Amino acid sequence: MAQATSQVTVDAPRSPYDRRKTTRGNFELYSWVFMRASGVVLLVLIFGHLWMNLMVGEGVHAIDFGFVAGKWASPLWQVWDLLMLWLAMIHGTNGVRTIINDYAQRDGTRMVLKGLLYLAFVVVVVLGTLVIFTFDPCPTDAPADLLASFCSAN
Amino acid sequence: MPTPAGTLYRGREGMWSWVAHRVTGVLIFFFLLVHVLDTALVRVSPEAYNAVIGTYQTPIMGLGEAGLVAAIVFHAFNGVRVVLVDFWAKGPKYQKTMLWVVVGLFVVTMAGFLPRHLMNVFGGGH
Ligand code: HEM
Ligand code: HEM
Repeated sequence: MAQATSQVTVDAPRSPYDRRKTTRGNFELYSWVFMRASGVVLLVLIFGHLWMNLMVGEGVHAIDFGFVAGKWASPLWQVWDLLMLWLAMIHGTNGVRTIINDYAQRDGTRMVLKGLLYLAFVVVVVLGTLVIFTFDPCPTDAPADLLASFCSAN
Repeated sequence: MPTPAGTLYRGREGMWSWVAHRVTGVLIFFFLLVHVLDTALVRVSPEAYNAVIGTYQTPIMGLGEAGLVAAIVFHAFNGVRVVLVDFWAKGPKYQKTMLWVVVGLFVVTMAGFLPRHLMNVFGGGH
């Protein structure tokens, strides 16, 4: 029996991937990959951040303006914070976008919530980036005892 | 309402870890929005920044920070578990075992973190 049917040939479908053609591209796939890749990097960045700011020395008690000045005097922590800011905000915004899509059923509600989400994203990312790049560790009009010791070095 | 028999996902470990991942993710996101705003006060004046950060050093906020760290530690470890479930060939088979590994690592990490943090907060460092 099995031998008898071996002559049958089946034409290849004209276009095997027709059903995949949409105008949406692969955005959701990339966003899925991004959540996983950024998550692994964020683990290192955030654990490092928490270690430096909560565990070393006196932990939270050591944090003040001078502490921030001391950290951002080093390009390492500037880049660290910049990466953490961008990755965490993209990861978190994308995650909340998924959640809004899951629960907000009315088109209007969904659009308003996403509008607010993207607005918050832009404001926080722009502000945080500016803060890192325009930070002045030794403002001239501030009392010296609030500043890092390197401000009074000369 | 009892869990319907024969359901592999609903009401089981896989579902609850997903709920916890979602809740912690949203929590961290809202913290981050506020956190970037409070850090931005370094551009206003040293006095303004120190005044706001000073409120982070009170016992109540210290407990809040412990909660935040707990949320992050769970979300981070469980995030690695999700990555392994998706990319490791045997991930789906061991998803439940890995959840208990996540819980174990969570307990160990918090046991290392909490005493030190609570000493900083309540020990009257200043
Ligand atoms: C209670 C825990 C935390 C404390 C005490 C803390 C403290 C600080 C401090 C003092 C700075 C100033 C710069 C520096 O030290 O690097 C900072 C900046 C920053 N932190 Fe945290 N942090 C905490 C948790 C987190 C978490 C969980 C995240 C991520 C989700 C985060 C993200 C950031 C970012 C992105 C910046 C840079 C902000 C900017 O660009 O202006 N922090 N944090
Ligand atoms: C610490 C390292 C982190 C790791 C390893 C991590 C990992 C992940 C992974 C793998 C997912 C995808 C889950 C899925 O598709 O089922 C995810 C979702 C999410 N993450 Fe993170 N993440 C981290 C930090 C953060 C931070 C800092 C935030 C907030 C700013 C955040 C907020 C979220 C949110 C809101 C979701 C969506 C949850 C959902 O759709 O149910 N995560 N995370």
